[in-house]
Amino acid sequence: MKTPDLTKLDTILERHEAAERSLIQVLQDVQKEYRYLPREAFEKVGRHCGVSVARVYSTATFYKAFSLVPQGEKLVRVCAGTACHVRGAGLLLDELERALSLEPGKTSPDGKITLKTVNCVGACAMAPCVMIDGEAHGNVKPGEVVTLVKGGRRDAAAD
Amino acid sequence: MQRLTSPDALEKLRAELAGKRQAIKKTVFVCCGPGCLANGSRKIADAIGLQMEKQKVDASVGYRRCTTGCHGFCEQGPLVIVQPGDIFYCKVKPSDAATIVERTVKGDELVERLLYLDPGTKQRCKAFTEIPFYAKQTRVALARIGTLDPTDLGNAIASGGYASLAKALFTMKPDQVIDLVDRSGLRGKGGGGFLTGRKWRSCVKAPGDRRYVICNGDEGDPGAFMDRATMEGDPHCVIEGMIIGAYAVGSHEGYVYVREEYPLAVEYMQLGVDEARKAGLLGDNILGSDFSFDIKISRGGGAFVCGESSALMRSVEGKVGEPRAKYIHSVERGLWDQPTVLNNVETWATVPVIVQKGVDWFRSMGTKGSPGTKAFSLSGQVRNTGLIEVPMGVTLREVIFGIGGGLFKRRTFKAVQTGGPSGGCLPEDKLDLAVDFDELTRAGSMMGSGGMIVMDDRACMVDVARYFTAFLVDESCGKCVPCREGTKQLLALLTDITHGNATEDHLARIEALAATIMQASLCALGKSAPNPVLSTLKQFRQEYLSHIEKKRCPAGVCKPLTRFVIDEETCTGCGLCLKACPVDAIRGEKKKPHTIEPSKCITCAACREVCPVDAVEVAS
Repeated sequence: MKTPDLTKLDTILERHEAAERSLIQVLQDVQKEYRYLPREAFEKVGRHCGVSVARVYSTATFYKAFSLVPQGEKLVRVCAGTACHVRGAGLLLDELERALSLEPGKTSPDGKITLKTVNCVGACAMAPCVMIDGEAHGNVKPGEVVTLVKGGRRDAAAD
Repeated sequence: MQRLTSPDALEKLRAELAGKRQAIKKTVFVCCGPGCLANGSRKIADAIGLQMEKQKVDASVGYRRCTTGCHGFCEQGPLVIVQPGDIFYCKVKPSDAATIVERTVKGDELVERLLYLDPGTKQRCKAFTEIPFYAKQTRVALARIGTLDPTDLGNAIASGGYASLAKALFTMKPDQVIDLVDRSGLRGKGGGGFLTGRKWRSCVKAPGDRRYVICNGDEGDPGAFMDRATMEGDPHCVIEGMIIGAYAVGSHEGYVYVREEYPLAVEYMQLGVDEARKAGLLGDNILGSDFSFDIKISRGGGAFVCGESSALMRSVEGKVGEPRAKYIHSVERGLWDQPTVLNNVETWATVPVIVQKGVDWFRSMGTKGSPGTKAFSLSGQVRNTGLIEVPMGVTLREVIFGIGGGLFKRRTFKAVQTGGPSGGCLPEDKLDLAVDFDELTRAGSMMGSGGMIVMDDRACMVDVARYFTAFLVDESCGKCVPCREGTKQLLALLTDITHGNATEDHLARIEALAATIMQASLCALGKSAPNPVLSTLKQFRQEYLSHIEKKRCPAGVCKPLTRFVIDEETCTGCGLCLKACPVDAIRGEKKKPHTIEPSKCITCAACREVCPVDAVEVAS
């Protein structure tokens, strides 16, 4: 893996108070900027927040929002909430795993796409739901999920 | 917005805004709640805006378009409401924008085909107030959601926002506020049901130099979205409630903890706080009084356990979200070990209404032990999915079959899941149960934050128990052994059952293990972790036994225990299943009964989903 460009890290740190309470918020912004938490950033983040590198690491691995490996350019999250579960989210996930040859939590070798599950995005009334980069798509059917993820249009009824 | 330095200035501004509002001829509200957004409502809002400009009925001539939070009836979304007249258009497409603007905004006609069709009366409803889904609700915490732009403080003020704050600050002493909330009997709506007034009073009595108030917006229960809808639909009612609470307990610093899976809620709460601060409703000397208080937004990191109060506080401190033993009360030693009041979003949102309308009014709704109302997110296999608010004490039947409209055609009710991963499944004979904190707990489930997931005959209760246990294994913080290891073993036992590798001994082992986990776990996550298993085992034991003894999943969900067959007599040979099958396992000629080739079938159930006559069955 090539070393990431850490010049933007300083701008992120400037936005946050130099205190322990900022740690999670700093990591959120780093994750957003780099699509993962580069190991190289831990010392600086730790120094800024006044905690050890071990603490940064423990926080980074505790919360689901963070990833220690780069995420794909496109993030596909199949909602695994209860409503989605009883309305067939499992079938959507099976179909995506099969079509993309990807296990949930993994990124494609070309770095284009990451497949994940998420514990409820709160669009339960529209279950099952798939989030593609922050955009929610409701009432997704197994037959259309692959097209949807590849950026195609769903059936005309959904537009 | 100018800085408001007195309650009079606030009222003057309100009058001014109300005057401006009266001059508006028509407003088009476009629902941008969680459900409608997932249905592409943003595009509809854009299209309506564009058409209003094009057809010259825009702001310059007294017309207004307003994007709102969740209006509630998600199943019918995307929703567009035109006022005055409560005109309710459902399942709107961007291509309908031109017609709506031309006929209903510019003209005074209704677009018949977009009106809601009542399946009972077969009549189109002109106004949403005529729709049973709305007519049977009582909205208190959700009252303003769907009627205002959540990104505009002016909207909130014009709708009565911050009047309760002014009333509390200038006409009541802090103790009177606590007394009021105490007498109202308001109970924590995050699930615990603890008396809010009592919590506040304990915080005041606890020794400490600083006090904090926290809003728990970590709504981690899968299947619940009331708090998301509230934060995204009316952030100012939450903020106002928090300021009143802070005044009551003497706090000057508050936090709103929002889960990161809700980016829009984070954005709108932040915006709300910033706007309120600019207007002098937060910060130093609120509305010119001696009272100062400010709020910070804290984004969660995606951990269910952070919905637990002590874990949430550690997370706000920037630490790993591990709970601590309950004998230390957070009202005494909470955030940074200072006395802290933590309430959930809905509880905070209810506080201003109680201050405004009083104890008697609040107690006129609900039951003696659980006064007031409760918001629920209704989802799963029910016709009218959406966000609702009802008086406590209504029956589950009224919620599911009255407001929810019952189940889909040809499906029968099996269970309703309440309380998320800490709750349980209630079967049909519990449908006449009055919904309140105590009744649901007595029935072996719990209120929880308000997720209500309806399940039909195609849901497997063992699978549901397994689903929640897998969720909890994933979300256990790992601090205490009974929860960390116990839930893992529970999952292994349940997986054995769903895979057909279990003996009857498994049930006894599950029960013994569950008892240990409940007794020995550190926090509520672990203590309640066996609930989904125990409640389904209690209510649906036969289904467990069928998996174990007959190696058959009656609902057709557990793949290793399911084989689908097509009933020859029922099959009409329409061929839909043949097209739906992803592995070409179905054969048959048109208009003749089809068959499934067992060696090819992957039990994906795609055929069963599409079959219009329910000919695909689980083999006995």
